[in-house]
Amino acid sequence: MDLDNLVIQFKNKDEKAFEKLYNMYSDSMHGVIYNIVRDNTIAEELMQDVFIKAWHKSDSYDVKKGRFFTWLINIARNAAIDKTRSKAFKNASKNLNSDFFVDIIESQDNLDSSTDAIGIKKFVDKLAKKCIEVIELLYFKGFTQKEASEELNMPIGTIKTRNRNCIKELRESVL
Amino acid sequence: MNINDYINSGILELYVAGQLSETESKEVYDLMLKHPEVLKEVLEIEAAIVKLTASVSPKKDISFNTIKGRLNNNSTSGKVISLNRSKTKWINYSGWAAAVVLAGGLIWTINMKSTLENQIQTVTTEKDFLEIQMETSKTDLAETKNLLNIIRDKSIINIPLEGQAAAPGAYANVYWDKKDDTVYLDLKGLPEPPEGKEYQVWSLTLNPLTPTSLGTINDFIQDDNKIFKLKNANQSQAFGITLEPAGGSPTPTMEQLYTLGVLASL
Repeated sequence: MDLDNLVIQFKNKDEKAFEKLYNMYSDSMHGVIYNIVRDNTIAEELMQDVFIKAWHKSDSYDVKKGRFFTWLINIARNAAIDKTRSKAFKNASKNLNSDFFVDIIESQDNLDSSTDAIGIKKFVDKLAKKCIEVIELLYFKGFTQKEASEELNMPIGTIKTRNRNCIKELRESVL
Repeated sequence: MNINDYINSGILELYVAGQLSETESKEVYDLMLKHPEVLKEVLEIEAAIVKLTASVSPKKDISFNTIKGRLNNNSTSGKVISLNRSKTKWINYSGWAAAVVLAGGLIWTINMKSTLENQIQTVTTEKDFLEIQMETSKTDLAETKNLLNIIRDKSIINIPLEGQAAAPGAYANVYWDKKDDTVYLDLKGLPEPPEGKEYQVWSLTLNPLTPTSLGTINDFIQDDNKIFKLKNANQSQAFGITLEPAGGSPTPTMEQLYTLGVLASL
């Protein structure tokens, strides 16, 4: 379990291990934050703040309570949502449209030609609207199952199985 | 529990999303340790989500180095600024404190210098005074030694002068050095002359009685040891001292004859 060792070293304040974790997750966190704030400069700042916060709060992460990635994405989402609620952010009159993450992916004409990117594009292209909504709410926005079921007007059990199927499709496309 | 059913329930996807309760999460964690297929499933779900979320990022390739420098600060950027501010404040305060201490030290030094200068002045004055005293003592000692030598000298003639009618209690001594034609007068036994009067010393020859003035003693009161030196080239047979008006008289006033003494050899 390489990842587990990295996380243990990170908790022991090992900068090298933290750098590896950063390289693994910084784009992911940036994507999550960008999807919420829709401003590249702010997203970059917040992403860096998230990793610094994680570094200083490394004691509070408990491997038994969840994945390191899950812990990190929670910090990122909260930081981004806090930002959108701040006065300064509102005054800057950000036009937060209700586009889903897929719109961002599709609008990115500079997507590199890596297999990942191609896989994601394929996935997004054929993805059912219900999948997009569920993934958006559960992973990008941090909705609970219950909140998502209310938002999508869907029974909780359906959210769970639909999400399972959607992620399965995603895995087939990108892994 | 059927592990495949568990995996297919969709609970692991929710686990990665962070939507499980603490108890459920702990259960997943324990199962991951027990069943490699559960762990594999979780890792794959996680990897897929990481890739999906990363694909939303405009990917500016923000290097770890940009945050590396901030890792060892104990706070986030906002607090770093406040730390700098407090540092500046500290420098300001310590600067002022140092200035006050310096000023205090300077004033103290100036006071100290002035005090020491006064002390030096006092000591110098004392030293001067002591030097003068020492010089006076030396002079006194030399004079005394000189007198002692004169008194002891064999060739010197000693003539005691007895008190007369005008001053029965008075007395004097004459030491006559014939080689030098000098007389030394010890007038310790004479009272202080009144204002406007001086003692006048006379050399006498007896047949006929002829007085010759040797001079007046105009510094009787000022002289401490009352020893006076006068010239005497006469063939004296006796010496007398009279009280005369200041400046002396051509002839002695016999009513004011204080002391008189005749040479013993006569």
